[in-house]
Amino acid sequence: MSVLFILIIVSLAVAISFLVAFVWSVKDGQYEDDYTPSMRILFDDEKKETKHQSK
Amino acid sequence: MQAEKTHTKQKTTCYHCGEDCLEETLVFDSKSFCCVGCKSVYEILNQNDLCNYYDLEKTPGISPPKNVSKKHEYLENQEIVEKLIDFKDDERMLVTFYLPQVHCSSCVWLLENLYKLNPHVFSSRINFLKKELKLSFNYHQLSLRQLVELLASIGYEPEINFSDTSKDKKYKIDRSLVYKLGIAGFAFGNIMMLSLPEYFGLDDIKELSFAKFFGYINILLSLPVLIYSASDYLKSAWVALKHKTINIDIPIVLGVIALFFRSVYEIVSHQGAGYLDSLAGLIFFMLLGKVFQQKTYAVLSFERDYKSYFPISSTIIKENGEEVSIAVSELKKGDIILIRNNEIIPVDAELVAGEAKIDNSFVTGESLPVEIKVGTKIYAGGKQKGEAIKLKVLKEISNSYLTQLWNDEAFTKQNQDQFAGITNVISKYFTLIIIAIALGSLFYWWNIDKKIAIHAFTSVLIIACPCALALSAPFTFGNVLRIFGRNKFYLKNATVIEQLAKISTIVFDKTGTLTQAANSSISYIGEEMNKDKLNAVASLLRQSSHPLSKLVFATLENYQLVETKEFEEVLGKGIVATVNGKTVKIGSANFVETTKEDAATTSVVYVKIDNKLLGRFQLENAYRKNLKTVINQLQQYFKLHLVSGDNDSEQKRLLVYFSKENAFLFNQTPEQKLKYIKELQQQNEKVAMIGDGLNDAGALKQSNVGISISEDVNTFSPACDAILDAEVFEKLPLFFKYAKTSINIVIASFVVSFLYNIVGLSFAVQGLMSPVLAAILMPLSSITVVVFVTLATNLSAKLMKVD
Repeated sequence: MSVLFILIIVSLAVAISFLVAFVWSVKDGQYEDDYTPSMRILFDDEKKETKHQSK
Repeated sequence: MQAEKTHTKQKTTCYHCGEDCLEETLVFDSKSFCCVGCKSVYEILNQNDLCNYYDLEKTPGISPPKNVSKKHEYLENQEIVEKLIDFKDDERMLVTFYLPQVHCSSCVWLLENLYKLNPHVFSSRINFLKKELKLSFNYHQLSLRQLVELLASIGYEPEINFSDTSKDKKYKIDRSLVYKLGIAGFAFGNIMMLSLPEYFGLDDIKELSFAKFFGYINILLSLPVLIYSASDYLKSAWVALKHKTINIDIPIVLGVIALFFRSVYEIVSHQGAGYLDSLAGLIFFMLLGKVFQQKTYAVLSFERDYKSYFPISSTIIKENGEEVSIAVSELKKGDIILIRNNEIIPVDAELVAGEAKIDNSFVTGESLPVEIKVGTKIYAGGKQKGEAIKLKVLKEISNSYLTQLWNDEAFTKQNQDQFAGITNVISKYFTLIIIAIALGSLFYWWNIDKKIAIHAFTSVLIIACPCALALSAPFTFGNVLRIFGRNKFYLKNATVIEQLAKISTIVFDKTGTLTQAANSSISYIGEEMNKDKLNAVASLLRQSSHPLSKLVFATLENYQLVETKEFEEVLGKGIVATVNGKTVKIGSANFVETTKEDAATTSVVYVKIDNKLLGRFQLENAYRKNLKTVINQLQQYFKLHLVSGDNDSEQKRLLVYFSKENAFLFNQTPEQKLKYIKELQQQNEKVAMIGDGLNDAGALKQSNVGISISEDVNTFSPACDAILDAEVFEKLPLFFKYAKTSINIVIASFVVSFLYNIVGLSFAVQGLMSPVLAAILMPLSSITVVVFVTLATNLSAKLMKVD
């Protein structure tokens, strides 16, 4: 039963990592625009000869 | 629409922008284009393999403006560049542009593939709803000016202005709320998981060291919730305490702190598991409620503001010289508008012709007219004092700007906002009473069952919500303003509704208020006017915005407009100017300095040229239809008075509408009208004045509610509190009634929220309610009040046939 200690700590660690991911994505502005991505997915893929889009 | 000089016989539409090819049709690559601009954009796209643009939408293009060359020179200036960009380092610059032309997915596609047009653009990203383009580019190789010109060349010229874009600020505030909510949710879930043994009563687990372990982890988890997520409440309560006042957040903070410390004590002393799950859950649900509230308010208040602004109309001069009245919201850049004497300039515009003397008292408070030269920009809000001028529209404007001016300090009255006062008083006592009840139930239960004591204490503090009280008045009045606006009755602000409900006496003006312009019959008696004289009279009349001038002007035919100099209008008396060297005076008998010859049944306008009386125009007053019904309905509830600047010739006719008890006063000057209203107010009457806003501005301001009736909303006088479109004159009695009803609705919602509080408290005091349930019910109560109030106002509007 004492394995419970380790299990709890691990699960908390996982939960915290999700929290960090959430905060990071909000900070990054991912949720600022929730409309344009829906338009973007309908564009055709093209062969990328030039540079990748950087932030 | 016909294509005049084309080589093709039938109508062709441009492949790029979809407009008809009017002037010329250019053919390139077997496609037709309407102009060089569109063809150039197509060429650019074609050369760079970007013709996918046309596949996503049909004719998605925007015709680029004709000459772009010198326009963006100012972007070479380094200071301006620094102001505009978001970020700069050794490699790149980041800038955000507003592109109003973005309207479809082709635009998004093209603008995000901008790097194909110019390799020095690293990346570009569109936010479609905000129409913003975020660019990252190599500024060593491509200057900001060149970037802007590139955008312009494909039809997406950015709109650059230097005013503070406060759009970002809104997002930053919302974001911190999101973080707080996220942390509270994370903590809530995990604390609950660690409290599972408690819930299931697994005592053997509790015996082991797990109890301690779980307990301490719970404390750790709840620390960020207390310190960060609840920080708004903590700060607000602290500020209130510092200023020795009480506010709504103090009970909440009390409850939260009590829960936390009691829980810590219980865990550390091994007396129990504490209530940290309730604490985290409480804060989580409260923040969730806040988020919902913010979203609801944002939707409702936006609608409320936008729809209750009155639509100003403006006279536009079409290309064929025809003068047409259209709503200001339909004005486009480049339109030519006519602004007469005393009319407000509704949009930022450039002076094209005429002598402009602008009174900027609405905007700056400075009422000394400023002379403007042709070609200079005039800002919206100024009033023309002088002859009619022609302006070219530079920028379309929102109706909200002018209503902001309307609500300016200079025009506010000293009327008290009764409901705001009540709400403040109640909030103060409310909080004290709640704290007393909470402490009372705490002491009561302490010796019986400590658990129930804590539950009762915190539930009482959380569930008692005066926020419902604070919301009733604003939401009711906001919705009422919107409903009134939909029905062409535009109020300055919410205080007017309260004042409307209290009115006991109504004072009417005659000309323009009870009479209407359209159906008056006008006859001319006097010397026949030759061409010169006719032109002079017509040109002078055109300058003025007085209803009589407009009426007479409408009857004249076959005139040619000539230049007038030294135009001057004396309110309530007449207008004068010099035309072709002769002095022309049009106005009342007094003004024109002649003896009265009128038949005493009409309004008369005399015409004098160079000291020789030419003749006079006689106008039969036509009263508004439904006047009788309106007066009858109003008489049942209010005392009615008529105060007119005209002569008493109409008294007999008016007696048909008004009964003999009502007071009639004729030949009143604007000052006398004002005095009359003051006298009524001294007799403790609450007076509403209904006029046309021109020469009774003082009286309108003096009255408790000044309503100005307008046929076409050009002549806007800020002294009034409400504008009634002449079309809905017959609904006036209904509007008064509805204002009273809305007050009743506010009172009803107060009662509802009191009842809710009492019921909730009775459960909480008995310890039957857990704090988490209290936290859920709290935002629910505010939302119910808001929904109730909105439904009630809409329903009663429909039932009373106001809507």
